[in-house]
Order: sequence, then C-alpha cells, then structure tokens
Amino acid sequence: MDLKLSGAEATTAERAAVDALFGAPESRWEGGDRGDAADSRFARGGHEARARRHLLLPALHAVQDAIGHVSRGAVDYIALRLTVPPAEIYGVASFYALFEMSPMPATVAHVCDDVGCMARGADALIDSLERECGPDGAPCATGRGAWKRSPCLGLCEKAPAVLVRRAGEGRTDATIAPATAAQVAAELQGDPATARAAVRVMDSVRQKGEPHLRLLARVGVVDPASLHDYRSRGGYAALARAFTLGPEAVVREVTDAKLMGRGGAAFPTGVKWGAVLQARALPHHVVCNADESEPGTFKDRVLMEEDPYAVIEALTLAGYATGSAQGWLYVRGEYPEAHAALAHAIAECRRAGLLGERVMGQHGFAFDIELRKGAGAYICGEETALFNSIEGYRGEPRNKPPFPVHEGLFGKPTAINNVETLVNVLEIVRDGAAAYAAIGTEGSRGPKLFCVAGSVAKPGLYELPFGATLRELLSLAGVPDGGRALQAVLLGGAAGSFVTPEEFDVPLTFEGTRAIGASLGSGVVLAFDGTVDMRAIVRRIARFFRDESCGQCVPCRVGTVRQEEALARLCAGAAGTSRDETLVILDDLDRAMRDASICGLGHTAAVAVQSALRKLKLFGEVAK
Amino acid sequence: MSAAKMVSITVDGANVQVREGATLLDALRAHGVDTPTLCFLENLTPVNACRVCVVELQGARTLVPSCSRKAEEGMVVHTDSERVRHARKTVFELLGSSVDLSNCGPDVKRWSERYGAEPARFGPPAAPAPEGARDHAHPGHHHAPAGDVAQNVAQPVKVDNDLFVRDYSRCILCYKCVEACGEDAQNTFAIAVAGRGFDARISTEFAAPLTDSACVFCGNCIGVCPTGALVPKREFDLREAGTYDESRQTVTTTICTYCGVGCNLELHVQDNTIFKVTSPLDHDVTNGHLCIKGRFGFEFVQVREGARDSAREKSGGRKD
Repeated sequence: MDLKLSGAEATTAERAAVDALFGAPESRWEGGDRGDAADSRFARGGHEARARRHLLLPALHAVQDAIGHVSRGAVDYIALRLTVPPAEIYGVASFYALFEMSPMPATVAHVCDDVGCMARGADALIDSLERECGPDGAPCATGRGAWKRSPCLGLCEKAPAVLVRRAGEGRTDATIAPATAAQVAAELQGDPATARAAVRVMDSVRQKGEPHLRLLARVGVVDPASLHDYRSRGGYAALARAFTLGPEAVVREVTDAKLMGRGGAAFPTGVKWGAVLQARALPHHVVCNADESEPGTFKDRVLMEEDPYAVIEALTLAGYATGSAQGWLYVRGEYPEAHAALAHAIAECRRAGLLGERVMGQHGFAFDIELRKGAGAYICGEETALFNSIEGYRGEPRNKPPFPVHEGLFGKPTAINNVETLVNVLEIVRDGAAAYAAIGTEGSRGPKLFCVAGSVAKPGLYELPFGATLRELLSLAGVPDGGRALQAVLLGGAAGSFVTPEEFDVPLTFEGTRAIGASLGSGVVLAFDGTVDMRAIVRRIARFFRDESCGQCVPCRVGTVRQEEALARLCAGAAGTSRDETLVILDDLDRAMRDASICGLGHTAAVAVQSALRKLKLFGEVAK
Repeated sequence: MSAAKMVSITVDGANVQVREGATLLDALRAHGVDTPTLCFLENLTPVNACRVCVVELQGARTLVPSCSRKAEEGMVVHTDSERVRHARKTVFELLGSSVDLSNCGPDVKRWSERYGAEPARFGPPAAPAPEGARDHAHPGHHHAPAGDVAQNVAQPVKVDNDLFVRDYSRCILCYKCVEACGEDAQNTFAIAVAGRGFDARISTEFAAPLTDSACVFCGNCIGVCPTGALVPKREFDLREAGTYDESRQTVTTTICTYCGVGCNLELHVQDNTIFKVTSPLDHDVTNGHLCIKGRFGFEFVQVREGARDSAREKSGGRKD
C-alpha cells in the first residue's frame, strides 16, 4: 500500500515502545533506517503486513503507556510497521477514551462519577479534586498529573473508585478504591507509595469460604498467582473430564445443563457452542468477553483477579468443545490488576503444558490464548464490536445476521462467552449436567453472581442459586427492614431498569424479572437510599449512553443526545404542555432506538430512563 | 446460462420474487415501493447506518435494514406499519434537528414530509461549534447540556484547497465518502470516521488539512455524498453568492479526453461555465467514480479568447 505520512518523526521512546511489540523493523519499508541498498529492490507491506492489523490496539497501548498520548510521529511509525493508513489509525485511536490524542501529564487519575460511585460519595470526591487539583482534564499545579471524570470503573463494591494511569518507563496502572481526595492528590504529585499505602483493603466477597459456594468457592481462599494452589483445589479436573467425554459430549452436557449466558443477553451457551463445533469454515475461535463495562458490574473483575486460572481453564475447555485452537481474552482497559493476574496465569499455564501444543498431554488438542486489552469503550462489550476491536478496527457493532457462530472474529465461526458463563461450565463438566441443572429454578438453572453495591452496609459480590428474591439478597448485604428505606434498586445495570420496594419480592431469575418488566442483565443490584438524588442518577445514565454510543447509527447517535436534553429540561422544571411534550419525546426516542438501532446499546439506551419515569415518578405521573 | 434461483417473499401482502442473494431493498424496489435511503448507494458496500430504510420483518424482534438484509424464502415484510413509520419519522427528525439537510435534494424533503417529521420539536438549534472544536472532541465524557437548545453538528466550513470544500454541518455520517476513498473505489484512505458517538466525524489523521493528507483529489467522495457536505469549490461559491440557480443549469454528457479509458463525464453548467463534473453511477467503466483530471481538469474547456491572451501575458508569453 502506498502510505502517505505526515513527516512527523517518532521519538526514540515511541519507536522503542512499538519495537518492543514487533521487534526491530527489517527494512525501510517498515520504518527502519536507511541502510541496506537491497531495500530498494523489493517491496514489503503486502498482505503479510496487513494481516497484522489486529496488532493495532496493542501498538497504540504501547505508545500511550510510553509517552502518555498517541502522537503524530507514533501514528506514522505504526502506519509503517503495520501498513495501515494514518487516517485509519487516527480513526481507531480517537474512538477509545483511554487513548489521548494530544499531550497529557504522565499521571492521569480517572475518577468514577458513575451511578455506583454517586451513591457513595463520588460527588464529594470530585468537588475536593476540583478545589485541590483544578478542573477536570487540565494539568494540576505541579504539571505532573491531571484527573478526569470516568464512567463506571467496575469497583462499585469499594466505591468511590479511581484508576491511576501512569506513562513512562517502569510504569504501572493501579486502581484506588475506596479513594480519598488526598490519595488522588498524592498520586498526581508523583507520590504513589503514600497514596497506595493508605488504601483501605476491602473484601469483595463477604461469603468467602462458605461451603455452598461454587463459582466463588476459591475466591479469597486460593492464591491467585499459584497454579499449584489452583490445581490442589480441584482446578483442571473439569478439563480432564472434558477430554474423557469428547467435544460433542461436552456440548451436550452444557446444553442439558440449560446454561444461559451471564453477560446480559441470556443466550443458551450449548446452542452457541454446538453451532461453532459443527461449522464447516475453519479455523474456529473462542473469545472470552471480559470487557465488563456495564455500570454497577464487577463480578468478572473479581473472578479474574482472584481466580484467574479458572478463567483460563474454562476458556481452554471452550476451545476443546468448539474445535478451536485459538482463544482470545479481551479484558477491559480499566482493569490493570485483572490483566496482570491473567497474564501471569497464562504464562504459568504455558510453562506447565496447560496451554500450547498437546494441552495436558491430550493428543491432537493444541490451544493457546491471546490476552487483549480494551481501551475505554463500553460498546466493545457488544460481541461484534469486540471482534472489530480485536481486529484493529473501530469498536462498531456489525449488523446481524450473520451471527458470530457463522461469521465472527476474522469472519470465522466464533463462540464468545462472558467470564461468569465460562466459569459455570467448569461446574457443569466436573459434576455433570444433571447435578448442575438441579440448582435454581425451572427457567434459570445454576448459581448466579450478583454485584450488590450502592446504599448497602455490606457491598460486594454475592453468589446465590437462582430463585432467591431481591429482598433476601438485600438483607444478606445488610439492608435492614426489607429495604423499606430504599428509594429504588437499579437491577441489571444502566441497560437494566429500576425496581421499587414494593417489587423487592421478585425472584432473581430470568423469568421472574421478566414478569415485572425488568431484567437481570449482568447481575447488577445497585441500591439507592433516601439520600441519593434519583434525578441525578437518571441523568447520569442518559449521559452514559450519550458518551458510549459508538455513533454509527442515527437512532442511537442522536437519540441518546436528545434523551439527555429532554431529561435536562424535565429536571430544570419543564411544566404543563412543555412537560407533556418532553415526555412524548422521550417515549418516541425509546421506541425508535429500540426498534431501529443496530445493536443492544441502542435497544436498551432508554430502558432505565423509562423505568425511572414510570416507576419512580421523578417528574410526576406518567401514562402507561 | 443457468437460471438464477428465485426467492419468494411477501411485501405488504403481495408476493414478490427476487433472485437469490438479493436484498430486501432490491425486492422493494422491484415491487415499486418508494423506500427512503441515505447511506445506501449501489456502488458501495451497505453500512446500514442511517436506518431510514428499516422495515418490519415478521418474527424479528427489531426492525431490519432493508439495504443489507438478504431476502430469504418465505419472509413476510411490512414497509408501512406503524413501527416502520415511527422509526423513519424519528430518524428524519433526529437528522433534521442535528444536521443541515437543506441541500439534500427533493427526496429527503419528500420523505420527511411523508412521515411527518418535526425536527423543531427538540428545541431551537444550538449555536455552531467554534472552528476545530468538533475535530478534537475526546470520547467518554462531555459536559451535561442544559436542554434548552438542540445540539447539532453546525461548524465552520473547511476550505483548505481550490477544488472542493467540506461543509460538515451537513454531514449525516453515512460513511459513503470513507468507503469511496477507501476499499470501495479509490484505495487512498485519506479519511476515516474518527471520534465516537455524537462527536464522531469524518477526519483525516489529526484533522490535518486535506492538502497535508493522503488525499489525491479524485473527488469521488463528492460523487457519493448525499447531503452536499462535500461540494466542488465552484458550486460552493455559486451557492455562497446566492447565484446558484437550477433553472439556469444544463448537463452535457461527454467522454473524458485525458486518457484512453473512456470515462463518461457529465458536465454541469450554469451561465456557460462548468461548475461540477460527475459520472453516471451505472456507467460500466466508472461506476460513478473519476480521477482528479476527469473531475476537476476542465479549466481548459472554458478558457475564452480574452482570458487566453491575458494568461499568456501573465506568463510572459509572446503577444500577437
């Protein structure tokens, strides 16, 4: 390809960061020095180079991590290394919130101002930061740091949460939760040791060690770094059993167990796997969707941080069951600790022969996992957007059909599953479908994780068999009086809906929540007591969708803007016909986005807002 | 030649036969249903982004884009149901309230009226963004609006070369220019969609002027633009001066004289001066696409006697 570059030179640090990923360039064609005269007698940059486009996101991360932003010189250099036009690289990089396109201080604190943290002091934290460190996005007095508002960081059980990203050599990203303004200020002044030493350690799982736990059995008990510890607690028993069953029987077990996806869409996992296993096109792929970004959700983060080998084993098992030799693990960019735990686990598994050629000595089964990092885009949790992101394109969802099981990652048959879904498979294969299906209710089998946060005494990740009521879960989390003091619970995340105290006896099952017009979504149970400004919460949800829409289709791109404006008018006190007209607009937007958007983000962008209008009556009575 | 396999579907109660592999839009057009489209063009890959062509497919949870959905045996499609009308109306309202559609041509006006779109109900338009503000919007966070005005994409026109201008206040983000610049025609890749959500925009790398980008000024992006966001400088100047007048315009078809390919040209002329050159979409040589010479190299045609003399004088040439 004939690349036209800007002429900006990459700095030594930028080149080193990219070269650390790809190795030194072999010729001038890939951005090497003018040297060998042979360079002018052959051409590089054909199909072979372009086949590496999927390395674009890792390359952008490398540059961002090295110098704190993505510069023109770096874009030109990446363009040469991957044979991707600079305009396309810019288009991809500017899609993601975690890539800065202009210089920023070396340390940037991303401060969550989303619904979970709003219920636990985010506003106060942000107020003090504004006073002590200056406005959002601007370098603070020392010039060494800046802070920015962020959507949900998935640390809701320890809210308020902050993600600190640092550029330069020897850098580490880290999360601080619960965070104080003093800690963030210390980070921004380049004193992370003080900041981090002061962080109060909190347990994410309060049921830790209880005998009934399945998905969380090892969490808080096992040493997450130790493969030996994992194996001594039943790890890799499921994969060993899978090898004795064979792929078809594994798929049958998963189907018979009636496992439904835990990411939010509740699609039967066995059906998905069966379709990929049967698909003629080769190769097949399995993808673990760990781009957990639904506001209020943190379950996958806890599993990955505390029990990473379970995720690796489950993905390996999925690879075996679907005839895939390649697994992909896409972790959201805001989860540095989970990423590190998984990277370590993958390296250990390779060393122990649990990844690579002949996994566990199994003849004919080679499998490895590529760990990928997102860069700040909720939409990349949508399965086809995630494929585009891995492939090095903007994270825009694809039109369906074709469905991933037919044309997924790189256009090949792909099984993509959420972390929690995969970890359930270990239970099914180890104990058999019958034992698993005996847990839960008729329409919802197995154990389920719930992310309980907000106005509760004991926020955290809870495991219960399907069928427990919301009231029981709330009381487990330390909400007194059956939750009478609560205004509402946001069930299922920003794409879910509000549930009022009269409805707290709803069984937490797919069918139970459906019966009251709600959904389990990703298992979010975010409680709001009387101190929380619910109008602000609803406006934050509207702002979230406006920020996270990919912008591809008109209903969602503009509809989310109009929805936010309409809510602002209602909050400003629109009354009489103005109020009525605004409510009609909100209803019209809901229907159009639900019907005509490309993907699930648009389909659900108005669900929480509508449920707030109707159930919480924030702006008076609403028809229907 | 073997007969193509046919697929039978039901459109608004009528049986329609289309060739296997045809889209629902093909079927609707064959059946004579006037279906709005904005991001669709015969010579480009469908991106199904605008969503004005959606139809109700029986059994599907949501509406489906007819431009890209393949017709399958037995499908039952409704093109004028309440859901379809509502979705199309809302999409035209959302576009009409956020984008300047005034140069879109008669189709968009007709469709907007047919569905009763009232873009003004979202409030008065927000003031235009200052130059460059939309070019550098960072994704993931924006300041919450007051709701008293309807945000839009209004911004200053980009005039950075003599051949065409980019008036992104008129851009509906249909992706056509990106496709024409890239894989579907020119393979130049000078522009891409950048940013995210409502801040998404068509951009060169780092919003550099076109003259510093990979642009080869073929103008194929202009050829596919449905809203007049991309227009030849000549046409832009006429419109700015208020002298653009369709009643004084003629179109003359000819063949490009530059090389031996034989591209058909349509010379758009007003007041005996060419202001735009296009090529027919259905021309089997060009598929509507041209090169810089065919599209912009027409100056020699209209050099008049007097002008020729003064040009010679300027270049220090011989005087007769």
